[in-house]
Amino acid sequence: MKVLMFGWEFPPHISGGLGTACYGLTKGLSGFKDVSVIFVVPKAHGDEDQTSLKLLGANEVFVTRKQIQFPDIESKLEYYEVESGMIPYVDPEEYWKLSARDVTKKTPLVETTSDGKINFSGRYDGNLLHEIYNYSIVAEVIARENEFDVIHAHDWLTYPAGIAAKRVSGKPLVIHVHATDFDRSGGNVNPQVYAMEKEGMDAADQIITVSNLTRNMVIEKYLINPEKVTTVYNAVEPVSQEEKIRLRKGVDEKIVTFLGRITMQKGPEYFVEAANLVLKKMKNVRFVMAGSGDMMNAMIKRVAELKISDRFHFTGFLKGDDVFDMFKMSDVFVMPSVSEPFGIVPLEAMQSDVPVIISYQSGVSEILNYAIKIDYWDTHAMADAIYGLLNYPSLHTMFKKCGKEEVDNLQWKNSAAQVRDIYLKALKMYSGKSKLVL
Amino acid sequence: MKSICFYFQVHQPFRYRRYRFFDIGNDHYYYDDYSNESILLKVAQSCYLPANQLMLELINKHKGKFKIAFSISGLALEQFELYAPEVLDSFKALAATGHVEFLSETYTHSLVSLKNKDLFRRQIQEHDLMIEKYFGQKPSVFRNTELIYSDEIGEIIANMGFKAILTEGARHILGWKSPNFLYVNAINPRLKVLMRNYKLSDDIAFRFSNKNWSEFPLKAEKFVGWMKSMVKDEFINLFIDYEVFGEYQRVESGIFDFMGHLPDVVFKHSDITFATPSEIVSNFQPVSLVSVPQPISWADEERDLSAWLGNEMQEEAFNNLYELSSRMDKVFDIDLRKDWNYLQSSDHFYYMCTKYFSSGEIHNHFNPYDSPYEAFINYMNVLSDFKLRLNALVPENEFELEIAGLNKLLNEKEAKLRKYESELKAIQTNTPVRRSVIPKSKTSPIKVSNKKH
Repeated sequence: MKVLMFGWEFPPHISGGLGTACYGLTKGLSGFKDVSVIFVVPKAHGDEDQTSLKLLGANEVFVTRKQIQFPDIESKLEYYEVESGMIPYVDPEEYWKLSARDVTKKTPLVETTSDGKINFSGRYDGNLLHEIYNYSIVAEVIARENEFDVIHAHDWLTYPAGIAAKRVSGKPLVIHVHATDFDRSGGNVNPQVYAMEKEGMDAADQIITVSNLTRNMVIEKYLINPEKVTTVYNAVEPVSQEEKIRLRKGVDEKIVTFLGRITMQKGPEYFVEAANLVLKKMKNVRFVMAGSGDMMNAMIKRVAELKISDRFHFTGFLKGDDVFDMFKMSDVFVMPSVSEPFGIVPLEAMQSDVPVIISYQSGVSEILNYAIKIDYWDTHAMADAIYGLLNYPSLHTMFKKCGKEEVDNLQWKNSAAQVRDIYLKALKMYSGKSKLVL
Repeated sequence: MKSICFYFQVHQPFRYRRYRFFDIGNDHYYYDDYSNESILLKVAQSCYLPANQLMLELINKHKGKFKIAFSISGLALEQFELYAPEVLDSFKALAATGHVEFLSETYTHSLVSLKNKDLFRRQIQEHDLMIEKYFGQKPSVFRNTELIYSDEIGEIIANMGFKAILTEGARHILGWKSPNFLYVNAINPRLKVLMRNYKLSDDIAFRFSNKNWSEFPLKAEKFVGWMKSMVKDEFINLFIDYEVFGEYQRVESGIFDFMGHLPDVVFKHSDITFATPSEIVSNFQPVSLVSVPQPISWADEERDLSAWLGNEMQEEAFNNLYELSSRMDKVFDIDLRKDWNYLQSSDHFYYMCTKYFSSGEIHNHFNPYDSPYEAFINYMNVLSDFKLRLNALVPENEFELEIAGLNKLLNEKEAKLRKYESELKAIQTNTPVRRSVIPKSKTSPIKVSNKKH
């Protein structure tokens, strides 16, 4: 069974959890001898190695084709990068803001002519929806030129590509909902995005959601038949055994960490308020907000207002080993997300032996037992949990021991097995349908 | 088969309100009065009152041939007095029939038997006084919290002069032996041990309304038929939570009809009698000793202590609590002693249990917490405040002693200061000084009478 998979990003070029999830999932799938994957991503930044560029067909679309070898698994992954201005985790307005700032960079614009040819205009009009459309055109080309059995599209940016591939190939489409616009926007959905999401869900033969929270949203907000929606939880890559401690905590104090984009979706303001409550009662503790986002300035202002700046620190965006170091220094990790379809960061914290506090409004809370769960708005409960973890040692000991065990049991091979079952279901449904047509 | 021995456990804890860490040192009231009262009233309506009414009718109808035993914790008795005195009256009415035996236990339904022998004894004495006060009986049979028992606990109980103790007929203890005979303690054979028949007890307590159970529906005739067929066995100990009637098994399940009908069927179709634990002890001869080196209980499949002391949180809370016991000996402050009692009930530790994660079953009917962590943090917050209050009365070490002394001095000075200030104000506003000073001086000295040790 060959899978044509459309994604946003793939390590090492990642900006969030989706790239990590795609990597884990494809790696998990490659453990099955009967599954192989062609992975297609839009390439947002022009810094990749251009020498391996290869022209696909006569349609003037630049596509990078390479093979990725997983370290411990035999099979290989075919990998395509499509030149495009698509950037993950943004909506059209934000995209406009980002691109307006970056006028010097020229990204080729792909346009089709009526006879199906694709031309580059060389002009940049800063329209994300246009880029998405172009991506779908390229998808069509790739779909024509490759053999595969199932199409798998991750999140709304790639749904049109998935639909296009389905149209030209007649193969079943599985879409994977890692988030909906309701999560990103806090309820003020962008109608264009909603329309594209709905179109993708309607066109899909099977839908995978990353939690029941998201599943319910898909069923209720997008009016999708529950029977074709299945929850497959994400997992985590096991951490390597070597524990190099590059940085040590410089102070003999407790550290409580928030790590994520500082946006409304992540609930940073509740973390600040809870920190203030804890600091009223104990002094030998510091709070760290790691990440960046459009609410960062407001948070800095609020922290100053509360006069806790000497105990509350901002690190800016962290990546790679910095994240690892941050966890190594942390005593408690808090994820107060307002709406989090899954939330992989707490799992990474638990891998680093850090006890976690997560909101009930996160998908990951559905599978974790060894985590303290609170409502994101309940800053009193959040503060109480932080205080408890810092002051009553047995909680810490227990979380360290059992949390690690729990998170080690969340493996991509299990999630991949469930995804494979969904492929088979889609294929079965499809063969049934096509028989009817014949 | 000759006798049926019914015993019912009655207990309600004082549940805590959400006690946040910022309350520590600021607010010394820990209880969720609303849920304590509403839960008690609810259970009183669904269980205690109708069940007591039924038991009374059965005893009267069968002219004393039907008999039962209760063990009611001190905390439950306190709550009856507080919220539902009519329940207490109905238990008194049962006691007055002369066919109901009241058993001894720890006043606070605590786990102290596992920690502190001396305190264990004192809590039993405290409970027995209460039982005597309300029901005019001096208990001679002991039942430990949740049927927790070991050879060692049995020895303490024997030395206190009790005739018998109740415990679980755990399979891993009895092996091929039957719980339907009388046993004796392995250290002091004068103490008889009554073992619970968990199969038949749980048929009533857990399986009664389970439609997937192969024996559903359970009728009195069928139940009596099973007991009749056990010809060689001497008695059957049916030890169950009293809340089974009307709470765990709803009235719609027919549990009251079953119970109401049972004695009729027993008397009509068999020569089986009913007996209280004391009567079992005097009517039957022990067959062998039973050796229980590690404590057992009636909880879960494991029949061990893991529901209360199975994880790190429970251990920490438990050890932190009883660390205070020697200092509590010196405290006579009524409020602090009450809070000390309520802190000990086993329920608090039960709420912190994590072993049900795997089965996903929500365990306690009246569990006020969403998670064991919340239960633990809340308890530790309460305990932290309690410790602060205890430290103020009985300082932990010399350093704190000094601090306590200085604090006292400071408070006295501040009181004086306030007094002088008000005098000064009085002078400044030209109102007669003497009048305002006299009543003030009555109220201003702060309480120092607590230090009695």
